[in-house]
Amino acid sequence: MSVDTSSMTVTAVRNRPRRRSYDAQTREWIAAYLFILPDTLGLLVFVGLPMLFALIIGVFDVNGFGSFAFVGLANYRRMAADPLFWHCLRVTAIYVVLLVPSLYVTGLGLALLVQRTNRFNAVMRSMFFAPQMVSLVVIAVIWQFLSADKIGLFARIFSFFGIGGVSLLGNPSLALITTVFVTVWFLMGFYMMIFLGGLQDIPRQYYEAATIDGASPRQQFWHITMPLLRPTSFFVLLVSLVAAVAGSQAFDLIYVMTRGGPANATSVMITYIYQQAFQYSAFGYAAAMSSILVVVLMLLTGVLFFMTRGGRFDYE
Amino acid sequence: MSSAAFLAPRQVTIVRGVWMAVTLVLALMTIFPLVYMVSIAFKGQTEVFSPNLIPKAPTFGNVIYVLTEVPFLRYLANTFVVSIVVTVLALWFHTMAGYALARLRFPGRETIFLAIFSTFLVSLPVIIVPLFILVRWMGMLNTYAGLIVPAIFNAFGIFLLRQYYLSLPRELEEAARIDGAGYWRIYWSVILPLSRPIVASLAILFFLANWNSFLWPLTVASDSNLWVVQVGIANFKSQYSASWNYIMAASTIVAAPMLVIFVIFQRQIMESIKTSGLK
Repeated sequence: MSVDTSSMTVTAVRNRPRRRSYDAQTREWIAAYLFILPDTLGLLVFVGLPMLFALIIGVFDVNGFGSFAFVGLANYRRMAADPLFWHCLRVTAIYVVLLVPSLYVTGLGLALLVQRTNRFNAVMRSMFFAPQMVSLVVIAVIWQFLSADKIGLFARIFSFFGIGGVSLLGNPSLALITTVFVTVWFLMGFYMMIFLGGLQDIPRQYYEAATIDGASPRQQFWHITMPLLRPTSFFVLLVSLVAAVAGSQAFDLIYVMTRGGPANATSVMITYIYQQAFQYSAFGYAAAMSSILVVVLMLLTGVLFFMTRGGRFDYE
Repeated sequence: MSSAAFLAPRQVTIVRGVWMAVTLVLALMTIFPLVYMVSIAFKGQTEVFSPNLIPKAPTFGNVIYVLTEVPFLRYLANTFVVSIVVTVLALWFHTMAGYALARLRFPGRETIFLAIFSTFLVSLPVIIVPLFILVRWMGMLNTYAGLIVPAIFNAFGIFLLRQYYLSLPRELEEAARIDGAGYWRIYWSVILPLSRPIVASLAILFFLANWNSFLWPLTVASDSNLWVVQVGIANFKSQYSASWNYIMAASTIVAAPMLVIFVIFQRQIMESIKTSGLK
């Protein structure tokens, strides 16, 4: 491609006066800058600037009316002394540690289950994927209904098996697990599709050769599927990790289902940040806490970038 | 899959049968909550917590109540307008940017692409507080502009379109250039028609994402005239916390259009997800 264009430029230079070819180049530049202007400006203002803001607003005290007062590290000192902050950080960590491996295993498991291309599996894939179509608000409403104490479907099932009085969302030690379970149910179809894409790229011949050599299905899985699935695995782990840390699904679900309760058992960072900002108007403090998340996410993005050499997820 | 080589034909049939049965049971369990939601939307108040899937006395009363007694039609209209406008503008901007980044040569191209790519993993919850402060400072709280404009920009669409344009053959574009077409003409009458398949998939994904989005509309619009359906549902649920038949009717109204879109376009939606991750 590049060879083509450079030889064209050479011809252009040879056939036309030099000034004209310079004008053509300038025209290309101007056209290009105009084409990228709306998106670049938009991303700069509505993503870049807030990112930068998140890092610096933390050293201000921002009240509900938007007036700023420099307070230095006061917000960060308050954070260090706030037991609820540490509690939410711990809840987030537990949430991430429970969620990310569960998503990996269920996504890969479902992909292997419906890997073969046929009409039956096509219908099954759609069924596994269907929850993705519904908003998390509606998902939260449905699961809150199903998990209702005593009369909800799960309570009935549990009492059928002789386990009475289980409160899936009312019991602090169960609420977070229920939230993770619902998130897995919601997202597993998405990661199943990502894994199916990865599985499709593994050449059939590898399995055929391994079968001839007498490799068992288990050996094939560990020695062919898993190593060749590495780029997909990496992508899935990273995307699910970032989403879990940021609370992309957690916010909507928790806001509608538990509001962070019972006894703050489901208060992840984003729930607490949102509460501080929009309930108590402590924007500076909320931003200071966001900046912690921004730093974590920038580190993760950096790792992604270096490990994939600029966003290429494939092997070579 | 290659277990076949180790087993006799009859055993293969049995293994495959068990495999399919397991898959089917799991799939039915997966969609059960959605089916149950629809079922309760048509049940009367007294029947809500009875476990039967098919209502004994099916009624449209819940749906009618939600559409008439609550400004739900208004929320639906707001959501529809916001989702359509965001989708159209986003596709327009992203195709332009993707085309320039893939095809045109200009100083700083790689740097700009890297900068765009670096926003790839920034998700809304992380920047919600500063974004709110910024949008408030711009005077866009409680406006349609506030709902729409910040939702347009995301690196994901630009990235996918750029990848797609890199894979297009250059010949058609060159032919147009030799005919004397300017860059805008090439973009409009060569590149855009060529990108119909990917633009269609992205249009579905963007519309879906905006229809289902909650956090930003909740944050930017406190005026109930500007509420979208998701905010409406969340608020409705806290007001009518015991009336599950109404809540499920409202949820069904909100979820049904997306489920219908899914049934119609499932192949495109799932294919675009499958390739979006990696290529």
